[in-house]
Amino acid sequence: MRRRDFIKATGIGLGALTLPAWGRAIAAEELVSKLDVGLKKRLADTAMTAARADICMEFVITREDKVQNVVNTESTGVGIRVIANGTWGFAASSDLSADAVAKAARQAVQIAKANSSLTTEPVQLAPTPGVGEVSWATPIVKNAMAVPIKEKVELLLGVNAAAIAAGANFVNSTLFQINEQKYFASTDGSYIDQDIHRIWAPIQVTAVDKASGKFRRRDGLSAPMGMGYEYLDAKEQDRFEMPGGAVVYGRSYDMQADAVAAAGQAREKLKAPSVKPGKYDLVLDPTNLFLTIHESVGHPLELDRVLGYEANYAGTSFATLDKWKSKNFRYASDKVTIVADKTQPGSLGAVGYDDEGVKTGRWDLIRDGVLVNYQAIRDQAHILGLEHSQGCCYADSWSSVQFQRMANVSLQPGTAELDPATMIKDVENGIYIFGRGSYSIDQQRYNAQFGGQLFYEIKDGKVTGPLEDVAYQIRTPEFWNACSAVCDQRDYRLGGTFFDGKGQPGQVSAVSHGASTARFDGINVINTARSLG
Amino acid sequence: MSIYTEQDAKAILEKVVKLSKADECTATLDGRVDGNIRYALNQVSTSGIVSDAELGVQVAFGKRVGTATINEFDDASLEKVVRRAEELAKLAPENPEFVPAIGKQTYAPSKTWFEKTATIKPEYRAQVAADSIGPSKAAKCVAAGFFADSDRFSAIANSNGNFAYQKSTNLDFTCTVRTDDGTGSGWVARNLADVGQFNAQDEIKVAVDKATKSKDAKALEPGKYTVILEPAASSGLISFMMFGFDARQADEGRSFLSKKGGGNKVGEKLYDERVTLYADPADPVAGVLPWDDEGLPRERTPIITKGKVEYLQYSRYWAKLKEKKAIGQPGNLIMVGGDKSTMDLVKSTKKGILVTRTWYIRMVDPQTVLLTGLTRDGTFYIENGEIKYPIKNFRFNESPVIMLNNIEEIGKPVRVGDDESPFVMMIPPLKIRDFTFTSLSDAV
Repeated sequence: MRRRDFIKATGIGLGALTLPAWGRAIAAEELVSKLDVGLKKRLADTAMTAARADICMEFVITREDKVQNVVNTESTGVGIRVIANGTWGFAASSDLSADAVAKAARQAVQIAKANSSLTTEPVQLAPTPGVGEVSWATPIVKNAMAVPIKEKVELLLGVNAAAIAAGANFVNSTLFQINEQKYFASTDGSYIDQDIHRIWAPIQVTAVDKASGKFRRRDGLSAPMGMGYEYLDAKEQDRFEMPGGAVVYGRSYDMQADAVAAAGQAREKLKAPSVKPGKYDLVLDPTNLFLTIHESVGHPLELDRVLGYEANYAGTSFATLDKWKSKNFRYASDKVTIVADKTQPGSLGAVGYDDEGVKTGRWDLIRDGVLVNYQAIRDQAHILGLEHSQGCCYADSWSSVQFQRMANVSLQPGTAELDPATMIKDVENGIYIFGRGSYSIDQQRYNAQFGGQLFYEIKDGKVTGPLEDVAYQIRTPEFWNACSAVCDQRDYRLGGTFFDGKGQPGQVSAVSHGASTARFDGINVINTARSLG
Repeated sequence: MSIYTEQDAKAILEKVVKLSKADECTATLDGRVDGNIRYALNQVSTSGIVSDAELGVQVAFGKRVGTATINEFDDASLEKVVRRAEELAKLAPENPEFVPAIGKQTYAPSKTWFEKTATIKPEYRAQVAADSIGPSKAAKCVAAGFFADSDRFSAIANSNGNFAYQKSTNLDFTCTVRTDDGTGSGWVARNLADVGQFNAQDEIKVAVDKATKSKDAKALEPGKYTVILEPAASSGLISFMMFGFDARQADEGRSFLSKKGGGNKVGEKLYDERVTLYADPADPVAGVLPWDDEGLPRERTPIITKGKVEYLQYSRYWAKLKEKKAIGQPGNLIMVGGDKSTMDLVKSTKKGILVTRTWYIRMVDPQTVLLTGLTRDGTFYIENGEIKYPIKNFRFNESPVIMLNNIEEIGKPVRVGDDESPFVMMIPPLKIRDFTFTSLSDAV
């Protein structure tokens, strides 16, 4: 989703309901119902190509003691992608009548033919066996769509009240729940019915010092997940207190406790000392590292970017095919193994089949620091010498054409026993960073800058206190080669992003990144404080 | 069919409003036919057409509000969507900030629809791709581009008798041209309402020229430089700054426009006196719909005049609380400039850097609107009024508030569309002193 659409979607008022991809709002009780599978199959057979169906989304938006918006949306339609004369064509229609679907199919063929005169390399598809009629569903415990709105409103207003009581001046909390009910059919003989669930519970807590005119925000440390409402169960076993006192969460989240902590930390940020710029050893918690993995590993290893298909928008990649072919390109230190995985339970990107009907799997991208693979779809597999697609194709709506999107891309835990407290004991001059802050990276994924939510100084093996105005600047290969330690699997947690943007017209996708706390030596830190006079 | 006539749209909306049993009802109807073509590696990669229409209904019982939308328009569907909105309203808690629906309004129509754009065919889009790919190939370059056109209508109505309808068209063209050895990259973009003003063959020359001239870039030390920012290089920074213009945020103490001790900075001179920025739905080049998301009429609105902040954006609730007039929120941003082109600004520059565009702009600190991002697709060193050589891209960390205080010269505004901005913009090329680059990027 483009940023402007996201802002529009989370605003107030009827105009704000003009959502880009998630059409009509429906009553809560209908969100748990499904379009009849038989009907979907008849519609798909009409087109005799690839067809897809519907997305439900619900979000509840609050600030302090007020509910700003409760939105239930559902969008149903058919998207048809065809190959004619070796060229792709696509058309989509919200009209589900057999005539309209057939018309859209003809339109897609007309478009493909109109463009085929410019085709120099006809589409070459990796074979994908038809799987017949199959289904897959996110393994959820509680369907968030079935939880009454009243319960969600009470949860959020409780969170907000607790944050205000703990010293926050302002607090925003939101619940996003998405259910994609996607029906895919192809001329390969696949009819795939998938029921995919995701949840996200972001908070923003602000503290203001009116006298000085200073304000600071601390955002929540939760992760968006491929789970049901059980993510909000706040189980004690999923709470981790880290050195220095910050609390982070695993497979479930205590939204209220995090809001209370955020209130105190936002106030603390108002008075925290400003960082002295220079080189530091960084200890990055997974709540921060996930986004660095996303930007500096996930994106550059998307094969469409490497080949040049995204050159006009997201950009290309420094991780060129010659580096991969050399079999010895050191992307990272030997402590680093990074995998792509479309099957990981609880992750945002987990599905049974991708949007080309390919069964999903898991594979290494970086093994012991060496670049070994990319993320590819059916019409790219031959470039890597693969016999099958890696199953990375996704469209965010019936009205969007599917294309290559990022799998869950995760740093594997260290094999030697190591926890964050032990890791920090060896750090002489470092900064410990939590949470997702500002992020920006160039179009070939070399130069990046990341902020965070919480920064702590580490001196001679001890966490000494909070810092502010911290951002770290990296050059991707140097950064990953500076990774000197990764904590073990006990510290492994997922982070993720709900609205990763890519493509023209822009599409979103949701993807997770797992990691354990990791150490990076000698990283450049800048001070971001400025004065407007 | 997804584009309704005014008569048909009015009939549907009136029917919806009449069906409602709530205290008040507001309805919107929007339709679109969007076409696009995307190409890369000198051939078409994807292309498509999407047609959709959507009806939105918002009702209120007292201070309880419910909203629902639907994309089917037979009588049963209209009844269904109204009842759903009513059910949701009954489930929702009372909103203490509820403001009743607006009364009947008068809107001055703006020129936003052009027939030529509305009737673009797949063959035209294929020709745009061909016109980009041909010259690129001839120059040993590789083109990757996107052309998207849309034909849309918007209509609103409510139970207080308000009604409005207007059609609009838009086209977005962007093309990145890279040398075939990957050492040079150029870019061109055009955003228009009227395809009659568009010529892909002319546009592509700019991108090819920048690509070939940006080969073998030299590295300069990061630091503070005089820069000439083409309109597409500064528009993203200026647009980002507008998020701080919300009156409530400023009054609450969490904007760069908040005042120490409380209140906001309206009336204060925060920028160079040559900075004048306003919104005007009737602008002949960058016209937008004459109403905002809430149906409030948009007016010509001074935002910054001669460096002084004149405007903050008030929601209807905040306006009522602060006893201000709520006016339609701007749909465009127009910065006043002169007559000089980008190259005129280059000619008057002793030493400086020309920036084609900026990329991946993100907020680092809202307290000062410190933004970070990078230059991309054509960054050049200027000496004695001439472009001397291409340079490697930089990361910047800069505040648009500081940038608009460091103005040396302002050129002639051009229309700019930015997919990360809610505004259609008229932005001039700007010569800025002491622009802060903090690191080098190896990206081409």
